[in-house]
Formats: sequence, structure tokens, C-alpha cells
Amino acid sequence: MSFKNYIFVCGGTACESSRSDQIYKNLIEEAKLQGVGDQVQVVKTGCFGFCEQGPIVKILPEDSFYVQVKPEDAKEIISEHVIKGREVTRLLYNKAPKKPLEEVEDIGFYKKQLRVVLRNCGVIDPENIDDYIANDGYVALEKALFELTPEQIIDEVKTSGLRGRGGAGFPTWMKWNFTKQAEGDVKYVVCNADEGDPGAYMDRSTLEGDPHSVLEAMTICGRAIGAHQGFIYIRAEYPLAIHRLEIAMRQAREYGLLGKNILGSGFDYDIEIRLGAGAFVCGEETALLQSIEGHRGMPLPRPPFPAVKGLWGKPTVINNVETWANIPVIIAKGGAEFAKVGTQDSRGTKVFALTGKVKNSGLVEVPMGTTLREIVFDIGGGIANGKKFKAVQTGGPSGGVITEENLDTPIDFGGLQRIGSMMGSGGMIVMDEDDCIVDVAKFYLNFTVDESCGKCFPCRIGGKSLYNILDKITLGNGTEDDIDQLKQISLAMQKGSLCALGQTAPNPVLSTLRYFPEEYEAHIKEKRCPSGKCKKLIRYTIDPQKCIGCTACSRKCPVGAITGELKKTHSINTSVCIKCGVCKQTCKFGAISIE
Amino acid sequence: MAKLSLEELRSLRAKESERLKKRNIHGRDCHIVVCMGTCGIQAGAKIVLNAIVDELEAKGLDNVIVTQSGCSGSCKDEPVVEVHTPALGSVAYGHVDAKVAKDIVNEHIIGGKIISDHKIDLEV
Repeated sequence: MSFKNYIFVCGGTACESSRSDQIYKNLIEEAKLQGVGDQVQVVKTGCFGFCEQGPIVKILPEDSFYVQVKPEDAKEIISEHVIKGREVTRLLYNKAPKKPLEEVEDIGFYKKQLRVVLRNCGVIDPENIDDYIANDGYVALEKALFELTPEQIIDEVKTSGLRGRGGAGFPTWMKWNFTKQAEGDVKYVVCNADEGDPGAYMDRSTLEGDPHSVLEAMTICGRAIGAHQGFIYIRAEYPLAIHRLEIAMRQAREYGLLGKNILGSGFDYDIEIRLGAGAFVCGEETALLQSIEGHRGMPLPRPPFPAVKGLWGKPTVINNVETWANIPVIIAKGGAEFAKVGTQDSRGTKVFALTGKVKNSGLVEVPMGTTLREIVFDIGGGIANGKKFKAVQTGGPSGGVITEENLDTPIDFGGLQRIGSMMGSGGMIVMDEDDCIVDVAKFYLNFTVDESCGKCFPCRIGGKSLYNILDKITLGNGTEDDIDQLKQISLAMQKGSLCALGQTAPNPVLSTLRYFPEEYEAHIKEKRCPSGKCKKLIRYTIDPQKCIGCTACSRKCPVGAITGELKKTHSINTSVCIKCGVCKQTCKFGAISIE
Repeated sequence: MAKLSLEELRSLRAKESERLKKRNIHGRDCHIVVCMGTCGIQAGAKIVLNAIVDELEAKGLDNVIVTQSGCSGSCKDEPVVEVHTPALGSVAYGHVDAKVAKDIVNEHIIGGKIISDHKIDLEV
């Protein structure tokens, strides 16, 4: 029996939180009720990336792309689409029926994307190992076990030019090679799934949508460096990813793809999951290893690097989820094939979590060398609500802002560094004219102050001092020497901190100072916040020319700060006003403005 | 489930990828549309659709997408089947039954010949 329709329901965390799980159940139920249960297969799959429009339901072979689906739509999807063969137009992304042979990839959001890491997301059922195997899964492992020597495996990774996707961009083959050459009988392989940057969820989606790719990659690495045990360190806040990993590991063990004598090759390898408590610093490799060992997650000075002295003092390879997800492709298709995509500096693709004030937020995967403009405007659809673009923050709390002038910089590790930001793990937050740049820097410092482990003082004290100065500036108490202070403390933190958390924590401050000095000056010298965000520095006023005295604002004001008679100009008592902005939203005549 | 040997993994993959291929629409260049409005269904479009799917399966063709659509607009000719192929472009057939459905697969898709008896003039 072959199915007439395949219905793919997104099972990523974002869509699940919008009840995609219920949609999945309803579709199966409705198909049965309406007598077509044996003609459709409903598959719960990984993230489609287009989270802005979730929950996503895609139906083949028509390739209908339904967005913002609700559980109650299941009935209509079955009765209209499956039974009568009519697309449910109101649920389609572009609200118009598709022409024959037009594909989902024609949607602007997908046009410039190239899915390598996310190759299986939205394609296979992540809870079914047969789906993964069917889509060339475990081909790379076969090659690694039966065709290639450990040296040849590392050579392939070298040829591919793959650099670590966790943020620093260290060549992956070198890590493997150092660990292989390190002395010792016992070695370990670790997957860093402690994704912590605000707004970043690439690794979570990869694990949720394609857990086997990581298991396969770690096994290949074990074979290459001579390790027999792997650990996945994942934060406990990712329950769905953990659940799918556990299913995947169980299925892999049943098939003998993990465990003793894998595929009869004589090679033994297994993987364990270790849960993290969600401390940002545990994404730092030495702190992560400490945490696996059961110690408090604090970084250690390097050297020695984990490749020499890692988990329990043994040589250890530690790579990030996205790095691992690339490995099966590199081994199966060859490093040279992989290296065809990308730039001289950085090969392959990169997944970004595009969020903030952009129209199409979501998970995007693009070839290295794609420009920020393409990501923000072509894929992201530009700024929402017709506002003006201000900047993009990449690299999370370790990165910096990128402004209009650098939007055409091709994105790769070197390119982003040259313009004062960094690749980071792939968080990308778009800001518009309403975002205050000092406030943004303060937000990131607040985050790093919270997450600093407190072990070394440049990070512990420096971060707090930076935060205090930024706070002072946004409250209108900034003084002329603040800028110098910010720069000096930043420098000390960069030079003196023990790990990357402290070394890079000043980056948001330095990069905003570099690109928006005038905004800092406006706050400090003129006590003015140009984007109207810092409440202490703004004042709401009513334009007497525009106010018609409708009393709408005074009725909405929660503190009674607006006075005035009907049909007469109103006024705001600034000593009572709490600057909540309700009046501005209420006024239909645009009479209220921020000064 | 027993542990797999290398050969068993390979044969499992071969079997499973056949299953997955049916979902894949990339690289498929032929497209058959069966018009399934009320008019089409009462004229027998469901039988036609099943016949086409079964015949494609029997012949092992995996480059053809079969989809349904609403009323073709030419209700007097129902069941109507549209066939889009690179070789012959877009062609519409009227008064299709299970036998003609098989002919569409064998003569039109495989043979590359238009079945002139059933061809109708329809903007497709």
C-alpha cells in the first residue's frame, strides 16, 4: 500500500509550544474518522526553520505549505485537501493556490538557504531510525569502520576545512588530530549541547530534528581518535531534545549501531547523556568537562587543552552540536565535496537563529559568505512594521553589533571579526530604530554578570563595573569620563579573564561604542535617549495642534497624569507620568510624541 | 530487533530509501493531476486516481507526482486528467476511465505519445 498524501507536522519546540502536538493527533484522528486513515501518513518531523509562521504543516506530493495551523484546522485539511484534493487556501503561506511543480523552496524565506546541517529537519521523523537510515544515514559510519583508516578519516575532515561551529572556529581536524596523537589508552568524545546565547536555538533544533546525525558523527570520531565512550552534555531545559536523543540512542543500540562490536567491525563505542543545570559558563569547554565530572562548572586555565588533558584527565575531543552534524556529510560525500560550499576562510554552511525585529524570524542555514543583507532582507523579509533597520547583533553576549555600512560583508569567521563582531554560535538579533544601543549593551552585560562563575576577578568585578556604568548612563547620570572607564575596564577584562566568557563579555560594549559613539554622547552630554527607550531620559508631550480633546488618553492613563476638558487640548503632568507609553498607543491623531 | 551486520544495514537502507523516495518530490518531472470536483468524483475520478497510482507503482515509475485538484471547469468531459511532462507539455484528457488511466501511464508517460481519442481542448 502506498500513501497518497504525506502530512508533515513540525515537531520542533517552537511549533510544539503552539500546540503542533495536538495538530498531529487531530490529523491522525480525523483521517481515521473520515475513512482515509490508510491513505495518508502523518509524520512528526524536525524544525522547518520558519518559526515565525508556525505551527507549520507541509503536505506532499502537492508540496502545500500551511502556516499558523491550529488543531481545529485538522478536520478541514483532511476533508478538503486529502479527500477532495483542494488546497486549504486560507492556510497557505501566500494565500494562493500553487501552480503545478511549484515548490516550497520558491518561498522567499527558503530561496537563499542551503540545508546541510538541517538536511533532515522537516524531512524525516526524528523518532524513527529507519527514516534516518533511508536518507543516507549511517553511510558515513560504514565508511569510517570498513573503508577508511583513522588517519584517512581525519584527512577527510582536514580537506573539508570544517571549523568549530560553537563560536571560536578552531579547525576541527586539528582537535581530532591532537587527541589522536596524545598518549593514553582511554580517550573521550564530548558533544557540547550547552547552547546558551540569548535567542539561539540552532543546536536544540538540530538535536530535535536529527539526533542520529550527532550520534553517528561522535562514533566516527571515536573510531578516528581511538575512543570508546562519548558524552553529550545538554542542558536540562531542552526536554524534547533530550527525549529524542534518548529514543535515538535506544534505537541505535537495538540495531547495533552503538555498543559492542558495531556492525561486526570489532569496534566498541557507546554514548551517555549528561544533563547540565543551565549555567552559561558550562558552554566553555573546560567548565563543561568539570561539570560532567560532577564538579562545580568553572573554567580551568588552558593549556593544558582538553585534547591533551580533558575529561578525568584523559585526552578528549569536544565539539559543538552543529560541528558534529556536519561530520556525516563530510565522511559520506568526501571533504572536497563539502569544501565546495563557502569561502576560502570558512567552508560549508552556518545555521543562524534569526530573531528580533525582523519579519520572518526563524532558523536559517546559508552558505558561508552570504551577506548579512541577504539574511536580514531577502530571507528575513526586512524589518517588521515598516521601521528602519538599525543594527544586527551577532555572536550573542560575546559578539558585537553590525551596522548598515557593513551589511554587505560576506559572513565567515574572519569577516565578522574584522568588523568587530564574531560568528559565535549563530544567534542573530535584528534591531530597529526603537532599540537603544546603550540599553542593548546593558542587556548583554546584565546577562554576563549573571552568568559569570565568579572564579576570576576581571570577569567578576569588571563585568559588574561595566554594568553599573551603563546603568548610570541610561539613568541620565553619565559623566564625561565614563566612556574612558568603559574602555579601560573592557581592556582589562579582555586581557585578564580566565575564559572566553570574561574575555568576550566587553565586546557588546566596545562594538556599540565603535559604531554608535553619538548615541552614548547623547545620553551622557544631552541626557537624551535618541530612540526613546531609556525611561529616565524621555518625556511624553501632547502637540496642541493635533490634540482634539477626545479624552481617550486621559481615560487610559493608569496614573491620572493627563488632564484636560472634552474638546480642549490635554496636557501631561510629567512629575506624575510613569512613561508607560499607553497614551501614545491610544491616541488616534498622533498628537503624543516622545522628547 | 536484532543487531545488524553491515549487509543487513545496507539492505535495510535500500528498502527504507524506496519508502522515503515516495515522499520526495525533487527531480520528479512528470505531474498528473486528477480533477476531483463533485462532478469529477461522481463521474468516477476516484477510480481513475487509484488506477493511475496502482499502474505507476506496478511500472516502478518514481518520477511522477500524482495530485488532485478541484473541478476542471469542463464538467461535461469529467473525469478529466491533466498530464504535465517535459516531452509533451501540458495535455488534458476527458472521459477517462480505469483503462484510459492505464493507457495514460503506459502510452503518454512511458511511450511519449498523446492518446488522441481522449484528448480534449482545455487550458491547462
